[in-house]
Amino acid sequence: MSTLKTSHEMEEGGIINIPKSSRNFKTGTWRTFKPVIDESKCIHCAQCVINCPESCIDITKDKKRGAINMDYCKGCSVCSKVCPVKCIKMETDTKEDNK
Amino acid sequence: MSKITLALTGAHAVAEAMRQINPGVVALFPITPQTPIVEKYSEYYANGVVDTELVRSESEHSAMSIVMGAQAAGVRAMTATSSQGLAYMWEVVGATAGLRLPIVMPVTNRALGAPINIHCDHADSMYCRDLGWIHLFCETAQEAYENTLLAIRLAEKVSLPVMVLQDGFITSHSVERVDILDDVSAKKFIGEYKPNNPLINTDYPKTVGPIQLQDYYFETQYQGTIAIESVFEEYLKIGKELEKLTGTKYELFEEYKLEDAEVAIIVSSSTSGTTKEVIDRMRNEGKKVGLLNIKLYRPFPYEAIAKALNHFNLNNIAVLDRALSRGAMPPLYTDIKLSVSSLNKIPKIQSYVFGLGGRDIIQKDIEEVFESLLKGKVKENKTEYIGLRK
Repeated sequence: MSTLKTSHEMEEGGIINIPKSSRNFKTGTWRTFKPVIDESKCIHCAQCVINCPESCIDITKDKKRGAINMDYCKGCSVCSKVCPVKCIKMETDTKEDNK
Repeated sequence: MSKITLALTGAHAVAEAMRQINPGVVALFPITPQTPIVEKYSEYYANGVVDTELVRSESEHSAMSIVMGAQAAGVRAMTATSSQGLAYMWEVVGATAGLRLPIVMPVTNRALGAPINIHCDHADSMYCRDLGWIHLFCETAQEAYENTLLAIRLAEKVSLPVMVLQDGFITSHSVERVDILDDVSAKKFIGEYKPNNPLINTDYPKTVGPIQLQDYYFETQYQGTIAIESVFEEYLKIGKELEKLTGTKYELFEEYKLEDAEVAIIVSSSTSGTTKEVIDRMRNEGKKVGLLNIKLYRPFPYEAIAKALNHFNLNNIAVLDRALSRGAMPPLYTDIKLSVSSLNKIPKIQSYVFGLGGRDIIQKDIEEVFESLLKGKVKENKTEYIGLRK
């Protein structure tokens, strides 16, 4: 968040002239809650991977649930709701984590 | 360079300017009293005089959306509207300013409903005054023609849209003598359009109109604010260039016998003409009356107006608004009041509202305003209504 441009550095009218730059738009800053996974309970069913609206939960090469990309996780808690073994808990995100 | 003198209405004078501009896209939708502008332009199109892509839209909201898209794509795009039409396109009008698209739109000022009314007042454009568009009021058909040409250059210089405002029916439908520039000179003045950031450029793909939230929206709004503040300088610069062709002086506002005036009226558009007639007559009777004719309304030239009103003799001023701001003082009055607040000797200012829904304002009315100013009848922060049956 510290690299925000000033009005003079920005293109006129908010035009984005760098293609494929939507990855730079880090929606993780919107987050109030963060998902915390209890690794001992996870059965790697990948329901959270499929249902994540941001597609920010990785799937590993050996077809296991990977890490959550916190740059884009908005803390919507869909993963927590769909988890069949209830191993994802939503916790309040502190400001430090959010950055 | 040669001039062609024609008998034209204000609407047809603007259509003449549009013919010389020959925009890539014109989206049209009829609305009284703007209709003759797009009607005449359609005639040029049908006769092959212009090579515009003419789009008959199903509403003003669509017309402005089409123009916004076309201008973003990278061509000059125009539409014209009035009153309810302007209100209907309001959402997109704001968006074009936010996207910094240099669209020029002639507007014939007309009252807003309800009650429904087709005649002139300034409510329609006044309710758009905070949207980031440049507002240019025109007194005559001649001025409407010249300002439309000037507006193209100004819009493209500062990347902001411009409304060229003339009084509905009074100017738009009255035939006047209009000097039109020859096509070669006009086209040379207008020049070729070089868009800043055209959407249709496959070498440099880009996104127009992305979402901006808490982190960037504020900065983009500020960009527009900085841009509109540069208009004063650019308007005068481009005006100087056009002056060489037309012989007209382009000032931020017109001062008419204001220099030694003891009392003055401040008003815009066609009523300025009526006021000048009255001033000439009253001056012959030895009464020191003057006029400040508002032309560039947004951005508002607070400092320049304060300078013009800063002289020892000027005691009383009347600001004539052709629009209300219900529950508050009228818009032009408020702006003038703020302008003079920095002066050492602040003249007294009487607010008047006149001509709503096209109610006639005649020389006698103006004379009465001057007479009452000369008698010192000024109630600050209280609006008087000219010709109203209370």
